[in-house]
Amino acid sequence: MDRRQFTIATGAGALAAVSRFGIGRAQTRKLRVGLLLPRSGYLGLIGQSCQKGADLAPGVIKELLGVDIELLNADFESNVDTARTRAERLIGEGANVLVGPFDSGAASAIAQVAEQRQMPFIINIAAAPQITEQGYKFVFRNFQTAGDIVRNGLDLIGDLFAATGAAPRTAVYMHVNDTFGQGMTKAIQAMLPARTKLPFKIVDDIAYDPAAKDLSVEVAKAKATGADFLLLVCRLNDAIILRREMVKQRWNPMGIISPGSPGMYEEQYFKTLGKLASHAISNVPWYNPKAKLTKLVEKAFLKRYPKDQLVFNGLNVGFTFEAILVAADAFKRARSTDPEGLAEAIRLTNITEKMTLGGPIKFNAKGQVEGIGSASLQNLDGMPRVVLPSSAAEAKPVFPAPYYKT
Amino acid sequence: MSADLIANVVIAGVLTGLVYGLMALGLSVIFGVVRVVNFAHGEMMTVAMYAATVLFAGLGLGLDPFLAIIPVGAAFFVFGYALQWVVINPFVTRPEHAQFMLLVAVAIILVNALLAIFGPDARGVQTDYQLDSLAMGGILIDKTRLYAAGVALATALGLLVFFKKTRVGTAIRACADNHLGALIVGLHVRRLYALTFGIGAVCVAVAGCAMVALVDVTPSAGPAFTLLAFVIVIVGGLGSMAGALLGGVLIGVSEALAGLLVAPSAKSMFSFGLLIVVLLLRPRGLLGRKT
Amino acid sequence: MTRSGRALALIGALLVALPAFAGTYALSVATLILWFAYAGQAWNVMMGFAGQLSLGHALYVGVAGYVAGGLFVHHGVPPVVGLPVAMIACTLGGLAIGSLAFRFGISGVYLALLTIAFAEFTRIGFDHLAWTGGPGGMFLKVGRHGAWDLLNFRGPPIMYYYAALILAALALALCARLSRSRVGFYWRAIREDEEAAKALGINVFRWKLGAVALSAAMTSVAGVFSAFYYNSLFPEQVFGIHRSIEIILGPIIGGVGTLFGPILGAAALTLLSDGITESFAALGWEISGIKQVSYGVVLLRVVMFLPRGIWPALARRLRL
Repeated sequence: MDRRQFTIATGAGALAAVSRFGIGRAQTRKLRVGLLLPRSGYLGLIGQSCQKGADLAPGVIKELLGVDIELLNADFESNVDTARTRAERLIGEGANVLVGPFDSGAASAIAQVAEQRQMPFIINIAAAPQITEQGYKFVFRNFQTAGDIVRNGLDLIGDLFAATGAAPRTAVYMHVNDTFGQGMTKAIQAMLPARTKLPFKIVDDIAYDPAAKDLSVEVAKAKATGADFLLLVCRLNDAIILRREMVKQRWNPMGIISPGSPGMYEEQYFKTLGKLASHAISNVPWYNPKAKLTKLVEKAFLKRYPKDQLVFNGLNVGFTFEAILVAADAFKRARSTDPEGLAEAIRLTNITEKMTLGGPIKFNAKGQVEGIGSASLQNLDGMPRVVLPSSAAEAKPVFPAPYYKT
Repeated sequence: MSADLIANVVIAGVLTGLVYGLMALGLSVIFGVVRVVNFAHGEMMTVAMYAATVLFAGLGLGLDPFLAIIPVGAAFFVFGYALQWVVINPFVTRPEHAQFMLLVAVAIILVNALLAIFGPDARGVQTDYQLDSLAMGGILIDKTRLYAAGVALATALGLLVFFKKTRVGTAIRACADNHLGALIVGLHVRRLYALTFGIGAVCVAVAGCAMVALVDVTPSAGPAFTLLAFVIVIVGGLGSMAGALLGGVLIGVSEALAGLLVAPSAKSMFSFGLLIVVLLLRPRGLLGRKT
Repeated sequence: MTRSGRALALIGALLVALPAFAGTYALSVATLILWFAYAGQAWNVMMGFAGQLSLGHALYVGVAGYVAGGLFVHHGVPPVVGLPVAMIACTLGGLAIGSLAFRFGISGVYLALLTIAFAEFTRIGFDHLAWTGGPGGMFLKVGRHGAWDLLNFRGPPIMYYYAALILAALALALCARLSRSRVGFYWRAIREDEEAAKALGINVFRWKLGAVALSAAMTSVAGVFSAFYYNSLFPEQVFGIHRSIEIILGPIIGGVGTLFGPILGAAALTLLSDGITESFAALGWEISGIKQVSYGVVLLRVVMFLPRGIWPALARRLRL
């Protein structure tokens, strides 16, 4: 723990000593949601995007469920240690439930705190499977695990090839070397061989440091494999660096496909790369553009952020909103802010009117929601558009990309 | 693993290595003459990179980073001179841990001032020619990298001329060789130290402007650069300018090759391993003088 | 009892009684101060006594944490057993680095750089080690809040507080003994003038190595403590140079080579940091980084104007 995080913890010490006995005892009609997001650091832009989903939640949820929500925001600065101390601080400040954090490493740390302090923790976005394999009773996740993401992602790739008539035989796999990337890689290694429907083989696996600024060697290696397309598990900044490097090294494969990672559908990707952002494909859990709740959220979103578009924030807003929705729904049923009661109510959640693709929000014994759906997004005309599944599609997929040179 | 691939990677390594070499050159000059361990070197480089981004985009000037070298370099000379004269000078004779702590404090101030002013997000420079490359057969050379390396080389040559041919340069070398002798001979050592630090800072400024054309900068980029500069200076040889450049190229190429042949995410491991070996077996480095 | 003895007894009594009137957070702050006081004292053995500058001490914290933690996670080995294993591992590591360095005559800045290189090398290595979870980190299973489990070093915050207090006290006692012993004098001689010490017949190589080994062993205990207190380890956090810098900030500010320097420095720095945070919060300034800038400025001034640290100046003032 370093000095900085330390002072934050101490700053709350005074608060904690005083407020310790003031909260959670009385039956309040307001639910205090402790929100942990990376609003600065290398995940900063994504965290801010999630925050947008959180900020509009109290209004929409008040309309939907008649429940009052107060958000206690904490920025863990894309740093796992800070995530832990911030979580402790939020609990000290009187949070009734924790929501967050977008990052698997932080999620693991916060989960420990939540379990130790017996405070319910609803994960909005984090893919590492082991988080819900620890036997924790207070940790809940309304998001796909890396395994689900990969399975859905690979299936969508198969659908993509079927829809466009393409049949690439080789792919080079590049991934960030962090908790998320490792989880995805394990899942891919386990699932790809079994998917005989998919025509391609991975000819090389190139891991890179998520904080690296220079990826020229990695791209040179990838280009040298002569693979037909790039299978990529990335974050935002490295996705941008990679695309630029591809142009510098004149590497034009059939396309870039992500079986499930952030980055290429984010606004900053489009802003920084302009035309170069086109035709990248990301298969990710996403919102259903045709769902009733989506339209409600979109309206609230555009009211708050008239210059922004929901589509640039789809995953982040959708799942962050839903996590808070789960908390509010449980609060309504439990009728108290007592953590044990809330946790019990969360375990009995069954929300069918939701915003994201897939089945109802229901937690299994491990605290995991099963059956969340994914969509295939392709960057077309300066925006990510749903191209698959065809039932939710807004445009037709294009593969191989126009820049492809044999 | 084709010859083209290896050639491309090695060339990129050499070019980037030259820029690192220039940064290390500044450190070598400071360390070799003033005998102060500048643990804020990487942070100074980061400040230079930010300065270049501001001149490019922030003030609407649209100044190309390579042209920004002139104003940034001048500013850094003044800053380095002042820093040495006011803050660092009393520490020249103090023990290493005190110097270290002093410069760590300076580094903390610099990093967090950058954080406060610019925020934590990455900033870069998007020149028109940024994605251009020259093609020669199967070899692709990144134009920006070429320019950066050219600038680094030119600056290093300029410094070489300065130290070998001018009176001031010779005086500085005298201070480095024999502190007491220099005092006896009547050289104004304190002023020469400040001058040296200023020159070292200019190296960092030039390297920073060149570097920002290649990679984006964040406030926390400093420590990695500091460590890299030290590795290069030790490997290349303390007090040798050619050694700093050579060390830079060597590290640039070896990291690139390590990344290519082993694992890209482990390339720095190689540099540190090299540092350990050099420290143990040949502490004066490749081109350093025997003390 | 001497003046200093009385003062020490008073502080000791206060520290023992602290949990009675401090809240959970104040307690965790105090625990952290004591941890840094202990780790700083361990570093001080090598630097303050023997004069060998190590800037990569996080290496021992990390290796110890991962060894004990890894054994716990993968084989269910309780930390009581894991601790001696970790200590042996770190001592061996320290001996290896020390003997390599001293055999080749490395000292001063070069030694400092060598220690940094070893720490960084290890950090990147652990980033790629699957057994320890790589960059994704290693997580230790947490126990039930409130239950005292000494064997597995799990329990309420108060348990960790007393553990840290005991460690810091033991370190202080050990260093006090050492500084008055023959070893202490050998070390001081080596620190002041290695050549003269050699001329006097002191086996410089052996005693320097001893300092490094003892420092490593002591630091390893801090590493195991840290692993089981935070229950998660990441190569970047645990081996990083900022961790090494944190450990040595206390002793350097407090006073290198003194007995009370590390503790005083750790306390002063933490309180300084808090004070700055509180002041800024009170003023309502929320710019990220501004706290650290002030922190750095104060640090700068202390280093510039109190070259031997706070303790010597304070001791003179209080006539201790």
